[in-house]
Amino acid sequence: MSNGHLAPRPGFVLDVDRTSPPIVFHHGEGFRLEKLPADRTRVIYPAEPLEGLTDPDGAIRSALLNPLGDSEPLPALLRPGMKLTIAFDDISLPLPPMRRPDIRQRVIEAVLDLAAEAGVDDVHLIAALAIHRRMTEDELRHAVGDRVYDAFAPSGRLYNHDAEDPDGMVVLGQTPHGEDVQFSRRAAESDLVVYVNINLVAMDGGHKSTATGLSGYTGLRHHHNVHTMLNSRSFMDRENSALHASNWRMGKVLRDADVKIFQIETTVNNNTFGREGPLSMLQKREWEWSPKDRAGFLTMQQGLKLMPAKAKRKAFSSWLAPYELTSVQAGEVEAVHEVTTANVYRQQLVPVEGQTDVLTMGLPYICPYNVNSIMNPILVMCLGLGYFFNLYRGKPLVREGGVLIMGHPTPWEFHPVHHPSYIDFFEQVLADTTDPAEIEKKWEKQFAEDEWYIHLYRTSYAYHGAHPFYMWYWGAHALQHLGRVIVVGGDTAAVRRMGFQPASTLQDALEMATDVVGPQPTITHLKNPPILMADVT
Amino acid sequence: MKALEFRRNVPRFAAARLAGSLTPGRGASVGPLRLADLEPPTAPGPDWVRVRPRLSGICGSDLATIDGRSARYFEPLVSFPFVPGHEVVGDLDDGTRMVLEPVLGCVSRNLAPTCDPCSAGHLGNCEHTTFGDLEPGIQTGSCHDTGGGWATAFSAHPSQLHPVDDSFSDESAVMVEPTACAVHAAILAGVPDGAVVTVLGAGTLGLLTIAALRTFANPRTIVATARYPSQRRLAAELGADLVVEPDDVRRAVRRATGSRAVSLAVDDGAVDRLSGGTDVVVDCVGSSASLTDALAITRPRGRIVLVGMPASVSLELTPLWHREIELVGAYTYGTETLPDGSTARTFDLAAGLVRAADLGRLVSATYPLHRYRDALEHAAAAGRRGAVKVAFDLRDEKEREALMEMSK
Repeated sequence: MSNGHLAPRPGFVLDVDRTSPPIVFHHGEGFRLEKLPADRTRVIYPAEPLEGLTDPDGAIRSALLNPLGDSEPLPALLRPGMKLTIAFDDISLPLPPMRRPDIRQRVIEAVLDLAAEAGVDDVHLIAALAIHRRMTEDELRHAVGDRVYDAFAPSGRLYNHDAEDPDGMVVLGQTPHGEDVQFSRRAAESDLVVYVNINLVAMDGGHKSTATGLSGYTGLRHHHNVHTMLNSRSFMDRENSALHASNWRMGKVLRDADVKIFQIETTVNNNTFGREGPLSMLQKREWEWSPKDRAGFLTMQQGLKLMPAKAKRKAFSSWLAPYELTSVQAGEVEAVHEVTTANVYRQQLVPVEGQTDVLTMGLPYICPYNVNSIMNPILVMCLGLGYFFNLYRGKPLVREGGVLIMGHPTPWEFHPVHHPSYIDFFEQVLADTTDPAEIEKKWEKQFAEDEWYIHLYRTSYAYHGAHPFYMWYWGAHALQHLGRVIVVGGDTAAVRRMGFQPASTLQDALEMATDVVGPQPTITHLKNPPILMADVT
Repeated sequence: MKALEFRRNVPRFAAARLAGSLTPGRGASVGPLRLADLEPPTAPGPDWVRVRPRLSGICGSDLATIDGRSARYFEPLVSFPFVPGHEVVGDLDDGTRMVLEPVLGCVSRNLAPTCDPCSAGHLGNCEHTTFGDLEPGIQTGSCHDTGGGWATAFSAHPSQLHPVDDSFSDESAVMVEPTACAVHAAILAGVPDGAVVTVLGAGTLGLLTIAALRTFANPRTIVATARYPSQRRLAAELGADLVVEPDDVRRAVRRATGSRAVSLAVDDGAVDRLSGGTDVVVDCVGSSASLTDALAITRPRGRIVLVGMPASVSLELTPLWHREIELVGAYTYGTETLPDGSTARTFDLAAGLVRAADLGRLVSATYPLHRYRDALEHAAAAGRRGAVKVAFDLRDEKEREALMEMSK
């Protein structure tokens, strides 16, 4: 069943020539129009949004009744007197946050309906945030809907996961690799854990949902580390990801410990900025812009120039993506995730031939860890060298020893509530070294066990003390692979603190890149978002 | 005799205060300091000797005086006109090289019996700095009768003089006096073994204090604040484990001590003060801001040692009261009691530290006397200009040789 839009076009690679228009680069809470060198540059465009399911609620119910893999339908797993835990993805998904009703609300309501029909009373809902910051009431309401929130939160049955609650966490065993499998005690002691996922990128989902989302530092340190990052090529490609291999091993330990998981995974399309509306031109190809698109873009640019940073941040944060559900599947974790990954690839995978000397990217205003917050320099690094660099299958878009040029204002600014440990990481750790392995060895434990960070994580809305380290590790593969990283339009001091080179324009950056890759390098621009993943052969 | 003389002149003092507030060190151009041709000093007493300075350092307290920032507290403790300069290595007429211990206590004032502090060897605490045979002056460099180091000659009492080993360079020797201040502060700090100590400021005194703490105490961690890259490098070289920008000190001490932060807004992640904190702060700045930081980061029943010379400060003292924090001053030197119960002259300990840590390298620039404006502006901007200690070099002054001839 379709929504009746024209058949979406797949992603493609544009070879830039002299007639190609300037390309829109995301640049934090703003944009840059960049004219790219002709005859040696290519631009990878994401696919147009797939058609969304016309009856999402029907599709969800159907998935619950027709599970994949070795799983009974959900109603058969529900019985009176049982202990049921529904865990769901946190504020980091999707990006940007989606318009109401959020997919999680739809799925959770369907699960709760079945639970009610089966007479299940002992139900807890947990935001599976691992060591991310806690979600606020507004954010929880947005995710699960007011009806669910009002029914469960006041009685303490809807809450944020607390990975530092000594009574609330349990180690269920070790993998053959000696990895501790730490898990939420409530989930471990439940007769059934239903996990509600939004699989925005191929990294998400599978055993990572539970083995990471309901775990804590004791468990996470086994796969959120420099070694796994250097051995994940890429961490968006589960089959070649040490990060995922560890999570999958942990998934087996969970199974062996009789933790029964019913996994519900969903995918959304690329309708990030809307087919119509003020940002719709951002998911169109520049040469296809209508006069209205051009006028709208220019007006927006002028307006943004006049707005103070805070106002711009507020304006962008208020954007809710009109994502549409493209698939929902439920049942046994691995069987479900196979189908989910195929659906993610169906939307995001773009075939690309060969690597490039210089990879460019324009980083947007948002990443998984600054929703309703500030994109601090560490998150800029994580988004560029972590997420975007790793959006490949096969081999990196840029050759070994090549140059990555990313554009972002990179302000030396931190959200004091959300990112207190980031401030210290930036001031103390990066002032000491930017080498991920050295950082891990010398500093991680101290930050992870810092009582104040733990206090703020548990009682306020702060990311855990270990989190900035994971952000830095996320870029470890890129740091090892690249010959140089250049940041266009960033705060010079902040860029230098991270060991990167600042440039004021893309042209300057391209000139600087020739010091590393030689004259007339090949250039590839990753035009993202909407999200694409390069399938590089 | 060529000398820089500081005269009582209220309008010029006001001008210096204004100029100094705009550009530190600029008070030298418009204030009461002038380059003068004076009569050679007359010995204030029979035992006194003449010293011909070789190097004479510029201290933070000198700069405060030149820029009109020093407290009125000192008015009865000095006698005008005076020649500044108390960090001195110089020659006696017989050619012996000496370092000056500038405090003018009971012995040099020919007072008997000596006051209790002087009897105990604590010259810096002398109760009689305005009495005796000398005009008022707490040190050479603030007393009319003795002259001071910013001249080609001054008078010194034998009790003030320490012979310099031939292996010492002049640069090392001129660092002994400020190092003695730092040694005194480090010992007075009473740092418990394994404690966390925080040194605020990485000017000359801050850097020397770090070196002294490493030698005369046994802290687990020394946190230091430093504003400029060269200061950061030297602070680490001299023994600081963690060197941070002044604005980051609360966060840094929190991390180093495993304390929690207390913020004015509940749990907003700001670090307004610490739940615990550092055991000892040595404040080598002495400003309202540094003392406020010190009170924010010192643990309950901890100690703040004030080494930097303060003037009037505005300070919220509630944490001092509530957390029972001890605030003590550290002025100059005298005799120290070491952990094993033995005693030693601070100057002797300082000379050892200067040698061991090669502190003569901290002399970054020297100037002839006639370029005193440049010298004082350089000293006032030392950190920003990558310097530590700036000194007058009198070794090539013509009058120096003339005085020698006259003495023959």
